[in-house]
Amino acid sequence: MCHPGRDPGSRNYLYRFPIGSGMTREGMRINKLVVNSLRNLLANKMRTGLAILGIVIGIGSVIALISMGEASKKAVQSQIESIGSNLLTVSPGSTNSGGVRGAFGGATTLTNEDAEAIKTSSEVTTIVNVSPEYQSRAQIVAGRNNSNTTVVGVEPVYSEVRKLTLTSGSFITEAQLTSMAKVVVIGPTLVTDLFGEGVNPVGSTIRISGKSFQVIGVTQSKGGTGFDNADDRLYVPLTTAQKQLFGVKHLTSIALEAKSEAVMTQAQNEIGYFLLKRHKISEATGADFRIMSQADILATASAVTGTFTSLLTGIAAISLLVGGIGIMNIMLMSVTERTREIGLRKALGAKKKTIVLQFLTEAIILTFSGGIIGIIFGVFGFFIYAKVNNSTFVVTIPSVLLAFFVSVGIGVLFGWYPAKKASDLQPIEALRYE
Amino acid sequence: MKVLDDISLTIKKGEFVAIMGPSGSGKSTLMHILGALDLPTSGSYLLDGANVEKLTDDQLAEIRNQKIGFVFQSFNLLPRTSALDNVKVPMDYAGVSDGEQDLKARAMLELVALTDRINHTPNKLSGGQQQRVAIARALVMNPAIILADEPTGNIASVQAEEVMAIFKKLNKEGRTIVMITHEPDIAEHAQRIIHLKDGKIVGQNVSPRT
Repeated sequence: MCHPGRDPGSRNYLYRFPIGSGMTREGMRINKLVVNSLRNLLANKMRTGLAILGIVIGIGSVIALISMGEASKKAVQSQIESIGSNLLTVSPGSTNSGGVRGAFGGATTLTNEDAEAIKTSSEVTTIVNVSPEYQSRAQIVAGRNNSNTTVVGVEPVYSEVRKLTLTSGSFITEAQLTSMAKVVVIGPTLVTDLFGEGVNPVGSTIRISGKSFQVIGVTQSKGGTGFDNADDRLYVPLTTAQKQLFGVKHLTSIALEAKSEAVMTQAQNEIGYFLLKRHKISEATGADFRIMSQADILATASAVTGTFTSLLTGIAAISLLVGGIGIMNIMLMSVTERTREIGLRKALGAKKKTIVLQFLTEAIILTFSGGIIGIIFGVFGFFIYAKVNNSTFVVTIPSVLLAFFVSVGIGVLFGWYPAKKASDLQPIEALRYE
Repeated sequence: MKVLDDISLTIKKGEFVAIMGPSGSGKSTLMHILGALDLPTSGSYLLDGANVEKLTDDQLAEIRNQKIGFVFQSFNLLPRTSALDNVKVPMDYAGVSDGEQDLKARAMLELVALTDRINHTPNKLSGGQQQRVAIARALVMNPAIILADEPTGNIASVQAEEVMAIFKKLNKEGRTIVMITHEPDIAEHAQRIIHLKDGKIVGQNVSPRT
């Protein structure tokens, strides 16, 4: 297939490739495609930058939100697990007055006598510790500082059941409970709020709802955040809380420590039937109390944070989709602008595949670089979030890999149609295009 | 609509042919068929011993890449791309190695006397220089035929003469050149002039200059 007859005298022609030889079917190599793409993208920096920005925002928010979701899920889990896995919590059911059903925990059906009965009854075999509790909010004053926070009335067994440890002083004793002593154990956040950083408040006096209490201990931090923070509480003897502070006779919860994790279900049933019988309720559906295990609480909390995370991630994914449409728009514009160039390339021997690859490479370079910058911004955003909220900063490799492949995938997905459109142009029409 | 009708044309290896005719005479369509940019609805076209009919788009692309060198009226160089890289484009599609591309592209630019301009982008070159880059690009795959569509249409007359001088030199070296033009004095550089009108060949004559 060579044509030696046509070459005389033309020393400049090294040799020609016959039609159908392997070399002509190779198409362009990747490095040329990338160089061409970069040349085209850099020719219009503003437009390229804006197209990339769409992907940066999309990938960045997906990364940041997935990480935040993971972190808060872990925080909730570790917080709940720190309380112990043998724990059952009995809370009163909803109030039911005149057919109006109030919120759970609002009723006054759970009493000291219930707790006492569980403690002493021979029917209850699976429970080792019973901690009756009453909690409510009150105004706290120490010197010139004040705070409005949760006061928990407890018995000495509370610290064992709820796995509470002290950093200084001592916990409420049996004697203080019997004598209705005005003593208080306070959480570390509250210490900082009322006395300042690093001050040991043991021995000082604070006022709860106007009554003077002596501080006898400080609890160790449990690392909680936000609403109902375990570190932002104070503990007083149950008798003091019920009679002196709030004037009530009921409980807001009874914490029960089961013998072992293995008997949790059995314990839940046992206490359930015991309390139904005590409250003279025949049907379990009519119960005026609720028993939750740590597993239940964990499942609920995880479901809540999970829903929240997927909701936010969904919104982030939509912004990523919008970014992808931006890429498609830019690429379509580019195809129209470069119609003549495409015609020329086809006239010079570019096959459909080569043109498709050229435009796909450009789209992928856009989304790929957007993805990389987005990952950096997302991780940085999450870092700021973790610093501000004092939560753990852990970037999971799967989320980064996911973002990476999604960004490249978006390039292929949204670059495909413009690339196909370019490759289908007829060379004559394209060359004539002005 | 029939643009070309009953055209029978043989161009021999090593010939320099000019095709002339008023607009609408079918010059462009003939050029597209000769350039394998379009296929005739009926009839046949033999190029360098190969039958160019009923081929797929990709097969036509390969024919154009291997056998045809295009020179356009508006040069059609890639913007923001150096003369050297412009000449390399057809070799990209043929899978020629980088080192060889460089060697051949430089040789072709030397042939059109642009050795000192290889790194210039088209906007830094005059019309005549751009057209010479385009000729280097047309030659780089060592095609069977050079197709020039109004090659001097967009350049000054002095530079047009330079371009014609290159064509003549190439022809003397054995190149086959087909050139479309509407300027009689440009057409006269060819050995044979074919006149088209209403899609038919209405006359042929040997150029008065030869």
